[in-house]
Amino acid sequence: MAKPSTPLRPGLDEKTLAHSHAASMGAPAHALHSAHDENPNLQHHFFSMDQQLEASILGMWVFLVTEVMFFGGLFMAYIVYRTMYPTAWVESSHELNVILGGINTGVLIVSSFTMAMAVRSAQTGSRNGQIFNLIGTMILGSTFLVIKYFEYAAKFTHHLVPGPHFQAPAGMEAIGNQMQIFFALYFIMTGIHAAHMVIGIVLMAVILVMAWRGKFGPHYYTPVEVGGLYWHFVDIVWIFLFPLLYLLGFHGGPGA
Amino acid sequence: MATVPQQENHSYLGAPYGLAAWLLTKDHKRIAILYLISITIFFAVGGMFAAGIRLELTTPQGDLWSPDMYNKLFTLHGVVMIFFFLIPSIPAVLGNFMLPIMIGAKDLAFPRINLLSWYIYVVGAIITLAAVFAGGLDTGWTFYTPYSSISSETAVTTAALGVFVTGFSSILTGLNFIVTVHRMRAPGMTWFRLPLFVWAQYATSLVMILGTPVIAITVLLVAAERALHLGIFDPKLGGDPVLFQHLFWFYSHPAVYIMILPGMGVMSELVAAVSRKQVFGYGFVAFSSLAIAILGFLVWGHHLFVSSQSIYAGLVFSIITMLVAVPSAVKTFNWAATMYKGSVTWESPTYWVLGFMGLFTIGGLTGLFLATMGLDIHLTDTYFVVAHFHYIMVGGAIMAYMGGLHFYWPKMTGKMFSEAGAKASAILVFVGFNFTFFPQFLLGYLGMPRRYHAYPAEPIWQVLNVLSSAGASILALGYLLPAFYFTYSLFKGKAAPANPWGATGLEWQVPSPPPTFNFDEDPVVNEPAYHYKPRHEVHVNG
Repeated sequence: MAKPSTPLRPGLDEKTLAHSHAASMGAPAHALHSAHDENPNLQHHFFSMDQQLEASILGMWVFLVTEVMFFGGLFMAYIVYRTMYPTAWVESSHELNVILGGINTGVLIVSSFTMAMAVRSAQTGSRNGQIFNLIGTMILGSTFLVIKYFEYAAKFTHHLVPGPHFQAPAGMEAIGNQMQIFFALYFIMTGIHAAHMVIGIVLMAVILVMAWRGKFGPHYYTPVEVGGLYWHFVDIVWIFLFPLLYLLGFHGGPGA
Repeated sequence: MATVPQQENHSYLGAPYGLAAWLLTKDHKRIAILYLISITIFFAVGGMFAAGIRLELTTPQGDLWSPDMYNKLFTLHGVVMIFFFLIPSIPAVLGNFMLPIMIGAKDLAFPRINLLSWYIYVVGAIITLAAVFAGGLDTGWTFYTPYSSISSETAVTTAALGVFVTGFSSILTGLNFIVTVHRMRAPGMTWFRLPLFVWAQYATSLVMILGTPVIAITVLLVAAERALHLGIFDPKLGGDPVLFQHLFWFYSHPAVYIMILPGMGVMSELVAAVSRKQVFGYGFVAFSSLAIAILGFLVWGHHLFVSSQSIYAGLVFSIITMLVAVPSAVKTFNWAATMYKGSVTWESPTYWVLGFMGLFTIGGLTGLFLATMGLDIHLTDTYFVVAHFHYIMVGGAIMAYMGGLHFYWPKMTGKMFSEAGAKASAILVFVGFNFTFFPQFLLGYLGMPRRYHAYPAEPIWQVLNVLSSAGASILALGYLLPAFYFTYSLFKGKAAPANPWGATGLEWQVPSPPPTFNFDEDPVVNEPAYHYKPRHEVHVNG
């Protein structure tokens, strides 16, 4: 190469750069800082902590959109078969334990509260608040899984687990196959939800270690905020699963 | 200003060397190269399966492979080419490399997730290859139930798991692109100054994040059904196999746009560069990408015209399918209008551009034949369909990928390749492609079903099939040629200037190859995209 590389901004000298004209162009204002933020948590490819936080939050939202579509496929299958087999759906729903499911719903709603408090504590820089609320969230999440374990165990003893050992409850043999589809969807949907809970608890453990080391404060709380978004999403999925699976036929309808 | 030796020193290809430095890199450019190597391997693998298919069909009798073996060949050809070559091709290689530079960013928003997506791709690929050796796969790339969930004795579960895992690679790439375009643009890089390649990648990413999770859950259901016999897709147990088709095509039709939209983005860059002109109707081209992405989600039912779908649903799907032709035509006409009165040069990218426009137009127009319900009943599952989607996927997407690879090769490697070789390759591909796939339109019209390993010994059928197989060998030569001159260029090629094509855009203002953090100074943009000046004013660096 004979010549030095071209200037990056033809016709734009240092003076123009100093009088930055971003406002007239609608560019992200934070990108204009020519010198980087000093915060040690700032990754090299971001200009500022604000940009980094916004990118992380948007990233989590986009990820949650993919999660909605992932569960969406299952909800689609649920809708199709519920429309085809309304009676089997209600009868199967009656085999689920509404009390345990209801308790679990309460447990998760409270865990969302502790999660929100953990984010708040991170923003205000209260280390004790973060630790208390994160541990609380993890305990509540684990409680949910333990209760779920007992529910699953009951299904095994009642031969309601789809597959070779599936047996329709007495008197329901005629719609046994259809009930098996309900329980297949029940196990897949709640199973995938439970897997998300496990991932969430592991995430909380990682964030807890960071909180323990005093990493979070008003200037840096991205992991708590982003982890919180994930946790709330997993809760909301359950808020949909609970009525759709447990509460069928409580207000009339076929088989009520 | 950096001088030449300094540029060599801080190029992304420079230190740190070594396998570990590459396999643990977080640099989007190095990850793009990792992807380039892996998808090239899979392109070759998928091509070998295709060769097996075309060899068998040179004679009417099924005499080369057993029917089972033939089923596995076309299935693996489809699975490998779609999931492991076409879907990652332009986004993960050219998009990964170029998108951050084009918008003036130092990297994608999440460099670690970017590296993770490559590892997921590799793991998914290994699982799928394991399925090849553990009995193969004979369901067709579509995994249709109940054959896949009950009858097939091949490694369906393993292959489904491979596809499931690979999907997350695609999701993470899409996620990264969306956040990067929203949050990482340089000052002055407004949405309507974005290169059209970025718009196309953005639209593609939307399809990736909205569609891919659905195929993930669908193949998971197939695997669960196979393992436990739940009855979800088994009509004997009350399940509905057509539900599978709905779920499958809800992703897999938009997936077609995952493959072609980035190609359209590449074309917009190339057309402007070889015509030295602003892209005609920038806004229309930008929004047509989004329109295709959105409409793409509303047309899946045209794969189910003969699958017991209600005729009224079919009508709606048929009409919406035809609507896709509108934004596609907007693009094609605007490219043609861009070249009109442009100062078109006959450099190698021009050859790929023209090849793309011709082949994509034929592919698009024959899509309208298939969107017409009455005609589709005759043409469903014939070679007409095979020819149509190869015109889009090979004539469109791969043509654009090859064009883009030639266009950006000097930027990616810092080396110039043989212009003569590149032109020869483009011509061979164009000629070979038409010989391979045009006869298949005729075969399909005559009624030859796809996925059959034998056909009646009538002269016209064999003549067309032999034409197709002979064309495929020319096509293969066309694809092999770049392997030689690209490799040669790495060792003996002339050093590439920063802007070998005299093109506009931030990516042509950084050195070739770019420095590790892309820009020596934070860039500021103060002009629209494709701000081409008359030829005599163009300053070609070097």
